Amino acid sequence: MPPLDDTDRRLLNDFQRGFPLTARPYAALGRRLGVTEDEVRRRLGRLRDQGLISRIGAVVRPHTAGCSTLAALAVPPADLDRVAALVSDQPEVNHNYQREHTFNLWFVVCADSRPAVTRVLERIAAASGLEPLDLPLLEDFHIDLGFPLWT
Amino acid sequence: MDLTASDRALLAALAEGLPLSERPYADLAAALGLDEATVLARLAALQEGGVIRRFGVVVRHRPLGFTANAMVVWDIPEAQVAEAGRRLATAPEVRLCYRRPRRPGRWPYTLFCMVHGRDRDTVTAQVAALARRLDLDGYEHRILFSSRCFKQCGARYGKAA
Repeated sequence: MPPLDDTDRRLLNDFQRGFPLTARPYAALGRRLGVTEDEVRRRLGRLRDQGLISRIGAVVRPHTAGCSTLAALAVPPADLDRVAALVSDQPEVNHNYQREHTFNLWFVVCADSRPAVTRVLERIAAASGLEPLDLPLLEDFHIDLGFPLWT
Repeated sequence: MDLTASDRALLAALAEGLPLSERPYADLAAALGLDEATVLARLAALQEGGVIRRFGVVVRHRPLGFTANAMVVWDIPEAQVAEAGRRLATAPEVRLCYRRPRRPGRWPYTLFCMVHGRDRDTVTAQVAALARRLDLDGYEHRILFSSRCFKQCGARYGKAA
């Protein structure tokens, strides 16, 4: 992966919130960075292809556009790859991480309703033979301002 | 605020990422049978209404060197958990801070927060300092570092149900 220059770093760091809601947002970014609109689009495409950008998009407040839960499985280590793959294969799963704990596979299920979330968990339970820990959000304290990458 | 069917479709389309085209909102609008001005107005309204909490570049932390991704879980009694959550949420090193249910016999922890850092030792020290500073070190807590990311993408609401 080529090293990131200052323009790359600013593209990653400076536009995590308040993305321009104007007809040509990449031109607006270009004016801020002193590069052309095409250059911005080309660089963002490259940063995405390099896996550094997940997407340009909205981080939605939990439970306003649907229903979600954080779930965990205690997977026998030898079976982890198989179970992780079957969890990732569910289109309703949007995060899936191995963590260091007896509950070693943690994932987020998002669907349109709580019954739909439950159905996904049941599907995963049936396919894995393991009982998911179901930890729906009860209260949200955080204000997401994006994350300072280089300070 | 209440979401219209059209708002839901817009959020679902946006979960794939804003196109990198010259007129990305016009392209998004065309795919949904809307016009560009409507999409821009709805996105502004959804941010104003707090449905969209932030709109912009969503980075992947791990390949950027933030390899220490810690979920910190705290066993805090019902009566104190909201106050503790509000205090934790103000800490600059904390991303996301949620209360979740205890599952007796399986899972005792009620408060969850995320701390990202460039290495484990730094994050471990940050969490210890955080606990002291916020007077939370009397509560049992654990740091669950992530060792592998199998999947990370935007929530696909309104798609598969």
